[in-house]
Formats: sequence, C-alpha cells, structure tokens
Amino acid sequence: MKTSELIQALAADQSPRRISLGARFCLALGVGALVSVWLFMMMLGPRSNFVASLQSVRFDLKFVDTLALALPAAVLCLRVLRPDARIGVFGFAFLAPVVLLAAGVIGELMFVPADLWGTRMIGSNSMHCLMMVPLLSIAPLAALLLAMRAGAPQNPGIAGALAGAAAAGVAATLYAANCPDDSPLFVASWYPLATIIVAAIGAVAGARLLRW
Amino acid sequence: MSASVSDGQVDEKWAEMMRAAIAGDEAVYRRLLEEIGRSVRAMARGAFSRARVGDADVEDVVQETLLAIHLKRNTWDGGLRLAPWVGAIARHKIIDAMRRRGTRRFQPIEDFETVLAAPEAEDPHARSDAERLIAQLGPRQRDIVRSISLEGQSIAATAARLSMSEGAVRVALHRSLKLLASVWRGASQ
Repeated sequence: MKTSELIQALAADQSPRRISLGARFCLALGVGALVSVWLFMMMLGPRSNFVASLQSVRFDLKFVDTLALALPAAVLCLRVLRPDARIGVFGFAFLAPVVLLAAGVIGELMFVPADLWGTRMIGSNSMHCLMMVPLLSIAPLAALLLAMRAGAPQNPGIAGALAGAAAAGVAATLYAANCPDDSPLFVASWYPLATIIVAAIGAVAGARLLRW
Repeated sequence: MSASVSDGQVDEKWAEMMRAAIAGDEAVYRRLLEEIGRSVRAMARGAFSRARVGDADVEDVVQETLLAIHLKRNTWDGGLRLAPWVGAIARHKIIDAMRRRGTRRFQPIEDFETVLAAPEAEDPHARSDAERLIAQLGPRQRDIVRSISLEGQSIAATAARLSMSEGAVRVALHRSLKLLASVWRGASQ
C-alpha cells in the first residue's frame, strides 16, 4: 500500500472527539479505588479504634506515607503516557515517600528502646499486609492499565510499573486503616515490599498491554 | 540559525494544522500527514543507512508512524509543539523496525528537528506491508479499508455500495485501523 493511500483512510477516519487521556486516567483511578474501597469494607473494614487512633501521630503518618506514594506515582504515570515525555525532575517526587519513611524510622529509633525494635518491625501481621495490599491493588491497577491503552508510553514496562505503584498507594492507604501495626519500623519494612510486588506485576502487564 | 528559525515555523504551522485537523478539517489533515510523512521518511532513511540495514522497510516505518500519530492524537498536548511529539513517535517506530530486523546495536537516531528541513518524497514504487496485513482483517473490514484507501472512495460512496449506514462504515473503518496497528505490531515481534 502506498503512503498516500493510507493517508486517505486516516483522513476519512474522523471519529468524534473522545474523552481526554487525563480524564480517562482519573476516571479509571477513581473507579478502581471505589471497587477497592468496597472490597476493603467487605473484607476488613477500618479497625475498631479507628477514630481514637486518629490522635496518634504514628497512625496518621501511615496515611501521609501512602498518599505520598500514590499521588506522585499517579501524576508521573499519566505523564509518561505521552510519547515525548521526559520524567526529568518529576522523578524526584518519589523521594517524598522515602524521606517520610526514613524520618519516621529515625524518630521511632530515637523514642523506642532498642530491645523493642525487632518486635515493632515484625509486627503482628506482616504476611497479611503482603497479601492484602496487592489484593486491594488489583482493581485500580486493572482499571489504570485499561485506560492507559489509549496512551503511547516510550517504555510500556515503566508505565505499567508506575501504574502498579499508584495502585499500591491507593491499596496501602485503605489497608493502613485496618492494620493494627503503626510503627514506622513496620511500615518501612512491609509496605515498600508490598508496593514492589504490585509495581513488578504492573511492569510485566504493562510491557504486554501497553505496547503500541 | 536560519535553519532553526524555519524549523520553528514548520512546527508552528504543523501545530496549527493539527488543531484544525482535530477540529475536523479533513483536507488539512491529509496535507499535514503528507508533510509529516516526508520528514519521517528522511529520518527513517537516515537511521537505516547509519545502521546499515538497507531501506526496504522505510515505507513501513513511515506508515506505521502515521497510523500511530492518527490513533494516538489524544496524547498530543495542544498547547505544546508538535514536532517533538511526532519525532518521539517516529523514533519509537524506527527502533521497533530495527528490532524486527534483529539489529542489536543502535546507532544514535538523528534528531527529528534536523530532518524537518530536508523532507523526502514518497518513492512511487515503494509498497508497505499494509496491504498484506489488511488481508488479515475480516472481509467486510477489508473491503471498507480498500475502498477508502486504495480506491479513494468517500465514506458515503462506500456506504452506498455496501448498503451500510455511514455511521457503520465509520465505526468499521476506525476498528480496522486499530486492528491494522495491532497486526503490524504483532508482525514486528
């Protein structure tokens, strides 16, 4: 086929204006998060002392940490859907959750006697965390990947990993409301591990689904 | 200096044409795709010759790039320049085509902006794989794509000939183009 012939077909294909990539992305994130909220309420629900716990700095810090992951990951993920995107300084946004976690860990190490460090870190349900965060990530990750098929990322694997990180951020925010372990030592040990699992799944799925 | 000034003008003109095209101006869109095709052709030819892979696939890369530009228009931010966006898509497709040929070592690909000044016309004898790939579509879709591209028929004429509604022809055409892109991608694995 000649190029001029293909152009005939492309010019004839005037599909009506679709919703924008950004709107599609936000819609997917919203719907995926809602499904996870529903799943969370069905399976876990917030812990019984949730309201009282809001007084605790350790408890609140968990949400600051998880949102500091979810927001930059989502913003960056949307950004790399453009073929000419440069991550550039936006990549530094990922320092936010790391710095917050590190600050929390240093504070905890200063205030808590050394013989408690081990128990605080292991917590009471690390395996539960490693299962529930990925489970609650499924809906947002799937919805995001579906919406992202309209994009054109230079590196589909990286785009998928970012979607995984954003989905894990949403899932971890929900899970944190149930998890009885509030120590930054626990959070810094298990939440990133759960995030990495979901990001890896996102990377593999993205490399397959987001090719264009 | 003068080259960069004229590139800036090309770019501004393209961005304006793309905005008109997105607003529904078919004739401008056709002209824009022709112009972009000429620059992508120059870029692909340069990249292939530096990698010493011959230029048998050049027209495939041009067409895959145009198809991707068309299907991914929504990833262009109307407030930004068009040339870097086109260049990124072309680079992606050139690298794909080189992988398809088993090239492992990549020569740096010329910046798209530098080829804007030296566009290349289509070789009247060059044919892409598209026709062979279209054969993999369903019979109705194949008929519609051929009618509009190879025979240059309008949507209305095609609809009348196949006794379909224009809307149905439009939907079928759009699906066919998306399918063509994915078949092409599959062929490049």
